[in-house]
Amino acid sequence: MKRAFLRVLPQLLTLAALIALVTLFFPQFLSVDYQAGRLSGPVIDVLKRGAPVALLAVGMTLVIATRGIDLSVGTVMAITGAVAAWTISAGWGVGAAIILALAAGIACGVWNGCLVAIFGIQPIVATLILMTSGRGIAQLITEGRILTFTDPAFAWLGSGTLLGIPVPTILWIVAAIATVVLMRRTALGLLVEAIGINRAASALAGVNASVLLIAVYMASGLCAALAGIIATADIRGADANNAGLWLELDAILAVVIGGNSLLGGRFSVAASVLGAMIIQTIDTGILLAGFPSEYNLVIKAALVLVILVLQSPNLADHWHFVRENVRRRREPEPSPDVKS
Amino acid sequence: MNVNPRLYPLLATIGIFVVAYLVCWIQFPYMLSTRVAGNLLTDNAYLGIVAVGMTVVILSGGIDLSVGSVIAFSGVFIAVLLRDTPLHPLIVFGLLLLVTTAFGAAMGWIIHVLAMPAFIVTLAGMFLARGASYMLTISSVPIQHPFYDLLKDAYWLMPGGGRFTLIGVVMLISVAGGAIVAHRTRFGTGVFALGGGEQTARLMGVRVGPTTMGIYAFSGFMAGLSGIVFSIYTGSGYPLATVGTELTAIAAVVIGGTLLTGGAGYVLGTLFGVLTMGLIQTYIVFDGTLSSWWTKIVIGVLLLLFILLQKGLVRATAIRA
Repeated sequence: MKRAFLRVLPQLLTLAALIALVTLFFPQFLSVDYQAGRLSGPVIDVLKRGAPVALLAVGMTLVIATRGIDLSVGTVMAITGAVAAWTISAGWGVGAAIILALAAGIACGVWNGCLVAIFGIQPIVATLILMTSGRGIAQLITEGRILTFTDPAFAWLGSGTLLGIPVPTILWIVAAIATVVLMRRTALGLLVEAIGINRAASALAGVNASVLLIAVYMASGLCAALAGIIATADIRGADANNAGLWLELDAILAVVIGGNSLLGGRFSVAASVLGAMIIQTIDTGILLAGFPSEYNLVIKAALVLVILVLQSPNLADHWHFVRENVRRRREPEPSPDVKS
Repeated sequence: MNVNPRLYPLLATIGIFVVAYLVCWIQFPYMLSTRVAGNLLTDNAYLGIVAVGMTVVILSGGIDLSVGSVIAFSGVFIAVLLRDTPLHPLIVFGLLLLVTTAFGAAMGWIIHVLAMPAFIVTLAGMFLARGASYMLTISSVPIQHPFYDLLKDAYWLMPGGGRFTLIGVVMLISVAGGAIVAHRTRFGTGVFALGGGEQTARLMGVRVGPTTMGIYAFSGFMAGLSGIVFSIYTGSGYPLATVGTELTAIAAVVIGGTLLTGGAGYVLGTLFGVLTMGLIQTYIVFDGTLSSWWTKIVIGVLLLLFILLQKGLVRATAIRA
């Protein structure tokens, strides 16, 4: 438990510092109201608006842990949103819409996973194919229009509340917890990390790397489908052109802010969703604090640069050296017979 | 006849382009006119130029996600400087190319020094360039300068009424220049060596640091040049322009037969990749009944086709070796 806490400590500290900074400019940031059966306030807003990126980040974390990347998630959001909206307009009901949308997301994941695991195509390229053509597919489903619908039950998924908490917030928290439990209470997480560190070696050690890789991309597709459903339900319409546009980059950024290496290996889903919340806090904070939103991207760029410096393998030795120095200064000289 | 297997992807690209053009021509005889050919060059000039830079980056095994934002930044930079200062456009062009080249070099330096994946470093570059253009202006700024009118109207009227515009010429020169840099210089050899593997490149005596910086500086320069061409083409600077161009450029490079893992490919192929994508769009315009989303789907199918073709080739050559 302590180790898990230490792992997400940098992200928690960053988030706390950001919140303090925003509160400085916008004192009401932390105030939460309870009105007409629902919580409201800037913090709740962050938790709700960050839902798509947080969901994408959950799936993306697993993909990146296998040394892959999934560029198609934003497009998958558009496809699943289009599928859901089409199903509802066709009068098949909410249940069918959700099931078909999730199935579409899983199908996209299987496609990506097969290209990566069976054909051995680099993940960037394999998912680029769906990224470029997927919006065309989504437009094909919506026939180029923005498909709107009026279905209160489906809209509830995007803008409703459960026990006062926005439904999207509940969805991403549940998805994140379920993934953590699945990965850390079983050996799955370890196996995923093994593939990311060395796929050939893990295959030799008896890990069914191909099946796991496909499963990981399926998980990413499923998360994207959930995010797509939320986005579509929120605006009560499927916008094939703009749904989830460039969210894949925000999701990758969230994973990187979460301290996960793009080179695969160890991962932390909790840190990634915290990363997503950091991004959303910046977005919302800049607006609330009254800064022009033009600064948003520059701040993100600076943030990435800082993280890159902290993660760099070339500088790792330097950091180690600095830490050792600090430790040595604090502790008394070790006795000569102890190897330093 | 014994053809070098390395040439297969290039030949396939050219073959597909020729066949596609033939199909278009049979259906719409007017496709084979200098007007259509001239427009194909003009409309895709900015994409072709930026794809040349991307080809060199991909040949080295890297990727540059920042180019679309750099093009937008270039347009805004030019428009704002021409609006607010009395500088001549040529001086502004020089300044801009200096800025974008230095920007590319800085990204290359970070990639080398921090030993981090190019993907995430250039992603930061993409945010930075886009953010910088937002900070210059958030609205579309028209460019009004007599010199710009001159550039816009600079074309050679081909027989048949087609216009061979200046920006089309700039694209063809960039392709030729890129081909010389990639295939005929010591730097180009270093690029190919890096694409084959950093370790082997180092053992070959390639100076990895300066070469990496040079590669991204070249891409930055090409993105700047493309930005100039785009500003001539649209006559304005808009910070939201060319979002996602980097991915179109990558797709063009792949359709052009360059191996995305680096180390194999031809700059000339990229030109045909760009033209093939332009041809699909032209066909859809001619047809009139097809919807624009078919462009995306067809480009995706082409991408898949070429990647599978390359996979097959790599496997075939590996078996023979």
